[in-house]
Amino acid sequence: MNRINEIADVCLLAGKIMLQSGAETYRVEDTMIRIAASFGMPYSHSYVTPTGIIFAIDGAGPTKLIRIVERSTDLQKVTIVNSISRQISSGELSLAEAHERLKQLEGKNLAYPFWMQIAASAIASGCFVIMFQGKWSDFLPAFVSGGIGFYGLDYVHRLVKLKFFAEFFASFLAGIVAVLLVAIGVGNDIDKIIIGSVMPLVPGMLITNAVRDLMAGHLVAGLSKGAEAFLTAFAIGTGMAVIFAMY
Amino acid sequence: MLIEQLVTSFIASAAFGLIFNVPKKLLAHCGFVGMSGWFIYILFVQYDMDSIFATFVAAFFVAVVSQALARMYKTPMTIFSVSGIIPLVPGGLAYEAMRHVVVNDYNMAIQLAAKAFMISGAIAMGLIFSEVINQMMKTWASR
Repeated sequence: MNRINEIADVCLLAGKIMLQSGAETYRVEDTMIRIAASFGMPYSHSYVTPTGIIFAIDGAGPTKLIRIVERSTDLQKVTIVNSISRQISSGELSLAEAHERLKQLEGKNLAYPFWMQIAASAIASGCFVIMFQGKWSDFLPAFVSGGIGFYGLDYVHRLVKLKFFAEFFASFLAGIVAVLLVAIGVGNDIDKIIIGSVMPLVPGMLITNAVRDLMAGHLVAGLSKGAEAFLTAFAIGTGMAVIFAMY
Repeated sequence: MLIEQLVTSFIASAAFGLIFNVPKKLLAHCGFVGMSGWFIYILFVQYDMDSIFATFVAAFFVAVVSQALARMYKTPMTIFSVSGIIPLVPGGLAYEAMRHVVVNDYNMAIQLAAKAFMISGAIAMGLIFSEVINQMMKTWASR
């Protein structure tokens, strides 16, 4: 009985880490069932939605439920859990070892340093101006406003736990900075600068996951992620609209 | 001109990979996937193809390359495809649509929004088609 409990715990922990790091729902379910099967429990059921996991091993032990509140994008953790699950399947990891490694992974912070993320979104914003047929003179203003917008996203998200407001504020902030920069003579094409600087906020991860989940038949997860993507896009759009209304 | 597009799309996609916390050794691959998708997109648009069709083909190509890379490195496919499709997202169109909404020019706004919506649909269809082909190949291989 104890062993069955621990198998369920390992499955749930793996699923929890993956879901919190932004893996597709069907991948989470698949991984959990595979792990259970490789530990000798071929009949298990896992039901995953973006906000929670229900997991049961057939005919043994109680059904377990985990609530997921906070989700972010951390593809490195998804990759690591994926490779741990592969090692379990090939019999390289014992139950205790797998549990230990997952526990260690859960507490780790593998994100790139924050300044690097800001730099990346600033550079991406600048590059998008060029990709959308802008001029190189608009690279620098988009670089600045994109970086500031991304910083604003993180700052507000830590202040209020309301993702959509943080996105709204970030696109508003990026727009304000762009308008100010053009007003003092840095950069010419305000449209290109604003488009470039809000691109780092685009919900690309949600769009791909929504499509892939819908295809895999996970209608609940697919639709709810699609709705989240739509709301995010709407928040960004509203942020820009406020700028136009004032400008 | 083309070189400029290729270099910036490579850097932008790799930067997105960094924001999504892709493992360090795979960042350049993300950049490559994004660059190849964008290359196809601008090639099609340059030869007067419809931008919806161009987006579809580019998204399809991104997904196929991502799947190949995912199999090669034994990682989830999303790692590569996410940063690859970001350049294709119709940010510019959505922006223009919003601009027209604000000045109450709803006719133009709806037109632009419909086009942005179609392009998003084309991205989704590109991803779906590559998945279909992937599953077909799996079924054939297991026979």
